[in-house]
Amino acid sequence: MIVLPLPHILIFSLLLFAIGVYGALVRRNIIGILISIELMLNAANINLIAFSKYTSLSPETGQIFALFVIAIAATAAAVGLAIVLALYRVRKTVQANEVNLLKW
Amino acid sequence: MEILNWMAKFGTYAVMAGILIFALGVVTLRNLFHCALCLAAALIGTAVIYVVLQAEYLAAIQILLYVGAVVTLIIFAIMLTEHLAETTIRQNNSQSPLAIAGLLGFVALLTALILKTPWPITQTALKAKVSVMGLGKALMGAYAFPFEVISIILIAALIGTVVIAKKDDPEERS
Repeated sequence: MIVLPLPHILIFSLLLFAIGVYGALVRRNIIGILISIELMLNAANINLIAFSKYTSLSPETGQIFALFVIAIAATAAAVGLAIVLALYRVRKTVQANEVNLLKW
Repeated sequence: MEILNWMAKFGTYAVMAGILIFALGVVTLRNLFHCALCLAAALIGTAVIYVVLQAEYLAAIQILLYVGAVVTLIIFAIMLTEHLAETTIRQNNSQSPLAIAGLLGFVALLTALILKTPWPITQTALKAKVSVMGLGKALMGAYAFPFEVISIILIAALIGTVVIAKKDDPEERS
């Protein structure tokens, strides 16, 4: 069994989260933004499991909430991509800055 | 035994570095299809990290649900919307320097916080084993309510996805 120091795992997931935020801020393509959000959720999952491994009193808690996060991420991806497909059918674009119908 | 332990640690850090490199690929590559493949690689690496943290069931779920379902869905959406030949379109907006500056501050702040916090690491938690049976019992016992809420969200999201993505019938609109 390998025991890494907890701060190393936390810093790793922090970096992963920061990369995800960067992608969500900078991408123009809506699918790119969705992919970046998946990265962020993944980083949060790593944190949950690390905390449940190292500190929790009931070790199942973190894993169960990681499961919930995975389920929510799957629904988010499905709904988001359905919206992207509907948008592409109507507006023929997937660039976030070209979808400005509600902007004045 | 000592050298094996050291090699396992080194391998874990190598996997972490690989995940970060693939994640950078996800946010910087121009071709979205390559981005999706990088995402799949990063997610598989995350499953390896789960195995290191002794969450084997979560690793299996990660491979099945993320790499199997979500990445497939994303690749489908890319295929349906993008023309793969048109990779010359600019993929990023002009906020990149601002975003990098802000995120560097964020990362520095949180790193200082992580290193300063005295984490309550307990030996009982480190020694505890999580079995699939324990997970199922907790899911059906203490966490039955969130489990039911998740199932309602899943069914609502599925119906919503079908409604949003289906083609509009012109005759239906009369």
